[in-house]
Amino acid sequence: MPQSAEHVLDHFDLFRGPEYQQMLANKKKMFENPRDPAEVERVREWAKTPEYREKNFAREALTVNPAKACQPLGAVFAAVGFEQTIPFVHGSQGCVAYYRSHLSRHFKEPSSCVSSSMTEDAAVFGGLNNMIDGLANTYNMYKPKMIAVSTTCMAEVIGDDLNAFIKTSKEKGSVPEDYDVPFAHTPAFVGSHVTGYDNALKGVIAHFWDGKAGTTAKLERKANDKINFIGGFDGYTVGNTREVKRIFGLMGIDYTILADNSEVFDTPTDGEFRMYDGGTTLEEAADAINAKATISMQEYCTEKTLPLIAEHGQEVAAFNHPIGVSATDKFLMTLSRITGKPIPEELARERGRLVDAVADSSAHIHGKKFAIYGDPDLCLGLAGFLLELGAEPTHVLATNGGKAWAAKVQALFDSSPFGQNCHVYAGKDLWHMRSLLFTEPVDFLIGNTYGKYLERDTGTPLIRIGFPIFDRHHHHRYPVWGYQGGLNVLVWVLDRIFESIDATTNVPAKSDYSFDIIR
Amino acid sequence: MSVSPTLSVAEIKDRNKALIEEVLKVYPEKTAKRRAKHLNVHQEGKPDCGVKSNIKSIPGVMTIRGCAYAGSKGVVWGPIKDMIHISHGPVGCGQYSWAARRNYYIGTTGIDTFVTMQFTSDFQEKDIVFGGDKKLAKIMDEIQELFPLNNGITVQSECPIGLIGDDIEAVSKAKSKEYDGKTIVPVRCEGFRGVSQSLGHHIANDAIRDWVFDKIAPDAAPRFEPTPYDVAIIGDYNIGGDAWSSRILLEEMGLRVIAQWSGDGSLAELEATPKAKLNVLHCYRSMNYISRHMEEKYGIPWCEYNFFGPSKIAESLRKIASYFDDKIKEGAEQVIAKYQPLMDAVIAKYRPRLEGKTVMLFVGGLRPRHVIGAYEDLGMEVVGTGYEFGHNDDYQRTAQHYVKDGTLIYDDVTGYEFEKFVEKIQPDLVGSGIKEKYVFQKMGVPFRQMHSWDYSGPYHGYDGFAIFARDMDMAINSPVWKMTKAPWKTEELPLLQAAE
Repeated sequence: MPQSAEHVLDHFDLFRGPEYQQMLANKKKMFENPRDPAEVERVREWAKTPEYREKNFAREALTVNPAKACQPLGAVFAAVGFEQTIPFVHGSQGCVAYYRSHLSRHFKEPSSCVSSSMTEDAAVFGGLNNMIDGLANTYNMYKPKMIAVSTTCMAEVIGDDLNAFIKTSKEKGSVPEDYDVPFAHTPAFVGSHVTGYDNALKGVIAHFWDGKAGTTAKLERKANDKINFIGGFDGYTVGNTREVKRIFGLMGIDYTILADNSEVFDTPTDGEFRMYDGGTTLEEAADAINAKATISMQEYCTEKTLPLIAEHGQEVAAFNHPIGVSATDKFLMTLSRITGKPIPEELARERGRLVDAVADSSAHIHGKKFAIYGDPDLCLGLAGFLLELGAEPTHVLATNGGKAWAAKVQALFDSSPFGQNCHVYAGKDLWHMRSLLFTEPVDFLIGNTYGKYLERDTGTPLIRIGFPIFDRHHHHRYPVWGYQGGLNVLVWVLDRIFESIDATTNVPAKSDYSFDIIR
Repeated sequence: MSVSPTLSVAEIKDRNKALIEEVLKVYPEKTAKRRAKHLNVHQEGKPDCGVKSNIKSIPGVMTIRGCAYAGSKGVVWGPIKDMIHISHGPVGCGQYSWAARRNYYIGTTGIDTFVTMQFTSDFQEKDIVFGGDKKLAKIMDEIQELFPLNNGITVQSECPIGLIGDDIEAVSKAKSKEYDGKTIVPVRCEGFRGVSQSLGHHIANDAIRDWVFDKIAPDAAPRFEPTPYDVAIIGDYNIGGDAWSSRILLEEMGLRVIAQWSGDGSLAELEATPKAKLNVLHCYRSMNYISRHMEEKYGIPWCEYNFFGPSKIAESLRKIASYFDDKIKEGAEQVIAKYQPLMDAVIAKYRPRLEGKTVMLFVGGLRPRHVIGAYEDLGMEVVGTGYEFGHNDDYQRTAQHYVKDGTLIYDDVTGYEFEKFVEKIQPDLVGSGIKEKYVFQKMGVPFRQMHSWDYSGPYHGYDGFAIFARDMDMAINSPVWKMTKAPWKTEELPLLQAAE
């Protein structure tokens, strides 16, 4: 019996003992009707071949291990960025349990969201009554300042009309007539979570700027000098938004963060549960129409939102999750150009420190090959940084990337001598990536937590950057934007490179000559 | 931390009743009336807990429940390791449930084993408009080509499937025929069906009956020689290895476990189960249906058991042994005796640290009652409990065998109610799920996830109890809870505060 009270063994060690090993071997042999081990080995090897890759890439219908989620997740993420706002997802309730779990597992934070809990009768008759009751309950129980409505695919398939439903709910007294209930249709069978972010944010902005679904006058833009800032769907929203606020502060820019969820996803443990914390105030959301310009850090999270804003007469500028020196330069210079504010010396010094760090360490990164997967903008940001480090982003893959994105990545490759042998994969999944890593190996893989399966199968060391990160803690509290953020990314990459070198040079009397104390 | 350790049962009942009245005030009248039926103070001697259950959640209240898809793919089918489970519909359902439930298994993932993979038809708008049957057929072909060692396929329907009129049964039948009778199982577990995960369990059970059992040729030779001691573990999902730390005890007492449902399970094990002499059922809620079916059709008796904590484990081992001869009965006694010193040592170490601590639970369909004995073995007291998707038969079992007089009972609790209850009762520990974890930790209340074992486990069996005890101790007695208030903040704040 391996278990002991003195030294409690948990699953790491318990099942490795001979009792359990014998038991599991017997189970397999006697009852599982296992495949011939030689056959398993044959297929395992075959799945590494170019031949398998060809079949794998010929897939037309099956998706295996995709790196994307569905629209309402993004809608919920955006909604909680507004002051005392509850996301209300109209449709089946299980979806909401999933979004809340998903966000909580990444941020290690509570995630509040309600559902209209539609069931079979609503599938037949529509979900109007669910909306009427649901809004009334949410309003009374959680006293939100705003309820932001989005939809699951169930409500979309049966064609529920949010605008009409919300109007009727107000007539029935679920919430006051003038209460803010912005909405967005977010069908899960179109786009991905970044699309849902875009739709939800556009819904909120259109609500405040364009007459609250025909119930008030549209706002007249009276231009001021403020800058609106949109972060997009971002697993690093906590660290990034704070860093951006610091930068704005250093530059003396008056700003509005639209959908600022950096507080609600990082509340203190001090005896109080804050269902709401921080967020863009509703007044700020409305007043944002008057801003001079709107900056989006993620083009593909704001494909519909930015044009709506531009229609109201503002300048808009979109970036692709800028990471590193030149991407941050571009971001700051754009800010400076739009606002007329100079970039302060302090930021120039931060830039110099990042360049200093790159100079100190680039020998360890230069020429290394990387595979990257993630959301479209993050992929662009990371690939751009790797190129300026002299590394090669050999495979760049976004399951939710489209043709325009692929062209943009290709243009990035073409802009650098280090991009010459790099390839972009739009709409592919992590099973495609597996074939790529076997047939065209790289030195490191950058991706989210699910990349650990690729690391295990292909031996490619994983650097965890992306969303979701479930199995490492607190990295979302660090920025990846700004020069400081670039330094964080540089350190994460370097740490993994050094760990990898140490782990492959530590066999005594065999490889230990490279087990250097100074690197 | 409990502020009311000296309350009498009558005082506790009064407090709990007042608490229920108080939380109901927040609701509109119609909702208050409906929610009132789900909240109660348990009265000793009553046959159930006096709450309504397994009825629709109320819109907008922040129910903790999931859906039928979660019950089928996430619970029953997902852990069957040598089959490929297609999340059929849009990408999200499969994505959010991907490898999230910690159903441990042994196998070469991606080659002969597929549990921690996300296979999806990733529905696009055109699939909704034109139907997804052709795509599904093609997916099965692609699976056969790229994953040739899979032993079967299931189709886990997401919401749109039942709404757009797809005929997944026809596709499954045709493809099964094309692939020489391959097991292909269509499951109608669309998320809008039923009121929670529970109907998904039932639908998944029925799918095993219809598409696995009923396809077995009656004259098929068994893959192994039967023995009089063959049992199947039903309703253990091997979370953190639970089924393994259970199986070892059954084998040590002389039984032979021929199947695990469904943690670390395989299609062959499902198919072999009608040969069992006894089905031992852990999660009654999710697998009583198939157990009853096997009893009716194959004459296999089934026996509920509880492997949380030494008291219930010993009771269960004896109960299981009672279905067999003296050899097994003696075996059970030997197993109990063998582990007694370990249990004594675990309790000697942890009970003094946990004695008198109070717990509030809110879990799925089994643990709200099943873990109570394990807490009591450590001298702890469960003062409130409720089921996410239990039925009245669960509340009967809870009332008759588990909870104490005056326990607060909350069925399908809402976020608001749960926060208020914990704020007022101030238990030393809350055991619930990931969505609840950080809410209560922010409030300064120690918490353990009781679905995933908070990434620990196993908790089943004697080996598991040592881990359970350690984990409860580390949760409650972590020094972090003494640091939640800044020392320079002197004003008296309420100990706990829920969001208003």
